[in-house]
This record gives sequence, C-alpha cells and structure tokens, in this order.
Amino acid sequence: MSWVVAAATVMTLAGAAGVLRARIPVHAVLALVLNLVGLAALFIALDAEFMGLIQVIVYAGAVMVLFLFVISLLSARNTPLERRPSLLAGQEPLGVAVGALLVAALAGAIFGQPLPEPASIYPGFGTVKAFGAALFYEHVFVLQLAALLLFLAAVGVVVLLGRRGPGR
Amino acid sequence: MPGMPFSGYVLLSAVLFVAGLVGVLVRRSPLAALMSIELMWGAATLLFVAASRHLAAMGGHVFAFLIVVVGAAEAAIGLALIVLIFRGRDGADVDEVRSLRG
Repeated sequence: MSWVVAAATVMTLAGAAGVLRARIPVHAVLALVLNLVGLAALFIALDAEFMGLIQVIVYAGAVMVLFLFVISLLSARNTPLERRPSLLAGQEPLGVAVGALLVAALAGAIFGQPLPEPASIYPGFGTVKAFGAALFYEHVFVLQLAALLLFLAAVGVVVLLGRRGPGR
Repeated sequence: MPGMPFSGYVLLSAVLFVAGLVGVLVRRSPLAALMSIELMWGAATLLFVAASRHLAAMGGHVFAFLIVVVGAAEAAIGLALIVLIFRGRDGADVDEVRSLRG
C-alpha cells in the first residue's frame, strides 16, 4: 500500500468519524470536507483523475458551501442542535450495534467469495477524453435523464421555498 | 497504480457506507442525518470507481458521475426541506417533528 493511499484512507475514515461525533454542525461539515477530499485522492490513485476533480469541485466545493449557507441560515451558534435525551431509549448503542453487525456481514461477504480477475487498463483510462467518450457516445440518454433530474430538483426547491405565506 | 488491492477498496467502501448508515440511525439533527447520507453516496462512488479501475471499464466512472449529480440534487431538496421544517423554530431535532402535513 503506497503512503498516499494510506493517508487518503485515514482521511476518509477520520472524516466519517468526525461527521458521526461532531455536535456542532459546522464541525460536521468540515469533517465531511476532509472525508470528500480523501475520497478524491483515492479516485486519483485509482486512475480516475476526472472523477477526483469533480469530487473536489462539486462536492467539497459547491455542495458543502450549500450546507454552510443553510447552517448559517438556521443556527450559526456554538451550541449543539440535538435535544438530549432521545425519545427512543438506547438509540445510540442500538445504532452502533447494528452498524457493527452489518460491517461484519459485509466483510464476510467480501472475503468469502472470489473477486473477479483484474483487467489491464489502456493508456488514457480515466482522463477527461475517455470519460467524455464514454458519456457522450455510450450513455447519452443517461446524461439527458441526469439533466432532467437536476432541472426537477431546482424547480422543486423553488416550489418548496418560494411560496409566499400570509404575513410575508 | 491502485496502491491497495481491490478487496481493500471494497472493504473501505463498506465501512464508510455503514458509518453513514449509523449516522442516519443515531444522529437526531437533520443536518447531521443529511451529511451521513452524503457519506453513503461517497462510499458508493468509491466502490464504482474502484470496480471500474479493476475491470478496466469506463462505465463505472459514468455511473459515479451520476451519483454526484443525484447527490447534489438530493442535497438541494433535503436542505430546502430542512429550512422549511425548522423555519421559525429554535431547535432542530428530528424528534420534534411529528407531522408532515403541508
């Protein structure tokens, strides 16, 4: 394992743990940025340079800034949002137990059966050129559906938040 | 050069996905639940990109790109719903939200 991949793995795991543990929303967003940048480093190590760039620009950039805007709109303060205790008794131990069981089951499934043989990649794999060829030659309909989905999401946000209630 | 065997990437993806699932189950702040869902998107993207590299097929990259698109749309809608639910309220705890009537 190269040290870059090891460092990126540690970053993703530390970011995930930070999201789970942070009580203050801004800290959770910063931990999530750490996770996403680690994922981008892993993508580039996997010869997916375009996906790594998209991950940094779209996710760690745009979507996280959207999160920060909503947090500053709702609760820009240093106190945790959650009320303690939970209505469901023992929620946290139960959730962690379910997660541990699921990780054990998934690890058993991963190592219990043979994985497919690796294929050797061709030159130019994962570049913008190869990605564009795959997207625009083979998967054009999927691209159009994605455009429709983004349009519907934008319209949905306007419909949800753009209504003028009485007194406003 | 992948840097780590394929099974290592699959295991890392599984661990990240379950971390997001535990976040959705345990955290009661809706913002934290939405961020945990983003963790699960990231785990799925990592699995697609790793499998794409392993099998030398670009289709996995296209699907990972679609996951990014769907994740952005989900974040926009989810944050709009959170703003709508918690506008004018002091706290933000999902235990306080009992009705979804519009």
